[in-house]
Amino acid sequence: MLRRRVIPCLDVADGRVVKGTRFVDLVDAGDPPELAERYAAEGADELVFLDITAAPERRGTLLDVVERTARRAFIPLTVGGGVRTVAEMRDVLRAGADKVSLNTAAVADPTLIIRCAGRFGRQAVVVAIDARTVAGTGRQGADAADAPRAWQVVVNGGREATGLDVVDWARRAVDLGAGELLVTSIDRDGTGSGFDTELLRAITSSVPVPVIASGGAAGPDDFVRAVRDGGADAVLAASIFHRRLHAISDVKAAMAAAGLPVRLVHGAVA
Amino acid sequence: MTRRPRIAVVDHGAGNLVSIDQALTTVGAEVVFARDGEALRGVAAVIVPGVGAAEPAMARLDAHGLTGPIRAWLADDRPFLGVCLGLQLLFEGSDEDGATTLGVVPGRAVRLEGAPTLPHIGWNQVERTRSHPLFEGIADGADFYFVHSYVGAPDPSARDVVLATTDHGGPFASAIGRDALLGVQFHPERSGPDGLRLLANFVDLVRAA
Repeated sequence: MLRRRVIPCLDVADGRVVKGTRFVDLVDAGDPPELAERYAAEGADELVFLDITAAPERRGTLLDVVERTARRAFIPLTVGGGVRTVAEMRDVLRAGADKVSLNTAAVADPTLIIRCAGRFGRQAVVVAIDARTVAGTGRQGADAADAPRAWQVVVNGGREATGLDVVDWARRAVDLGAGELLVTSIDRDGTGSGFDTELLRAITSSVPVPVIASGGAAGPDDFVRAVRDGGADAVLAASIFHRRLHAISDVKAAMAAAGLPVRLVHGAVA
Repeated sequence: MTRRPRIAVVDHGAGNLVSIDQALTTVGAEVVFARDGEALRGVAAVIVPGVGAAEPAMARLDAHGLTGPIRAWLADDRPFLGVCLGLQLLFEGSDEDGATTLGVVPGRAVRLEGAPTLPHIGWNQVERTRSHPLFEGIADGADFYFVHSYVGAPDPSARDVVLATTDHGGPFASAIGRDALLGVQFHPERSGPDGLRLLANFVDLVRAA
């Protein structure tokens, strides 16, 4: 049976792992390959690198980091952040990534998804969608009637609204060639208030491809809910792993106890 | 058994070769990337890796003069491992784009039917249908990493090539073998310690050949 995946996400800037909240207060947190190897040993099913290097001319550092990571951690690696062209995607794959995630550039030019999937196969193309609740939709309070909740796509690290409906964009991205979706709730990201399972369910019930849940993880129970209630195939988190609030093995144990299929790694380091 | 056998990894232009290079080197092989037919001279085994669609992969093999040497290699029954798309290319054709492929195993690459999600991405269990040294030291039902939408479907007459199956909306052949020819639908180079063990077993088979 196909396992539900637990995926640590590493924010990488200028070749180093950084910690921070919503791109501010960044603190150096180590060498990406070293951390990747540790997570692999602890039972991570996959890794995501989000490149937040500000200056494009320093992107070469990223390729070096990707290659060193691919040579140390024998689990799949997805790289996102700033990929705008087929040639850039090729460079990242040839450096050792298995998948590339497209976000802002795909919204700006959806044909990028077609071109990347045509060249490398749809299994290599992840479309990352940052979602924010549209004001005035959903539960308004105990006395108010419930309006159907809606989300819009936001880009540029959550700073810019697009007006695109999230579910419409998810369907379109899959039609164009996305093999997987990485869905982040910007409302929940960094808040520790749990994944937005309503958002996840709206998307997982609309597309056939696997969906990775992101944004809001505080504890192992949140991972269980993202899969059970949200229908997510995989669950991504950053700070709870980096800050060692929870071990990957604890998260997987909670998922297994809830009856979800997970890959248990023998001798995984807690 | 300390000899490092030279293994040609066919580079047909797309995707990640770093992982398979590192994994094979880690388990004791010497890797050469084959970008033309000449590169197969003097090697002990050939690996065709790869993801994506069959037609562009076959076109690149043709363009680089690799199709003929690979066919000859297979006809001589020399050590061979197809990984993911590399397994599918061993069949006669692909339903994905109608490509005609290498045709050394009767059957076709077909879309995974009835799958709850497609592509099939993630770790899934590999259940042995018969014993084979490729899986020595690996628990039956161990998890390997998959990323694909099509699978190699052997004709009924060729069902005995199946070494292992995996279930995603129904069972499919996740490993095949016939004499020196081997193929796996999953990615051993991305499947942690069990994946490395499988590649180490392949290298042992190459040494013994």
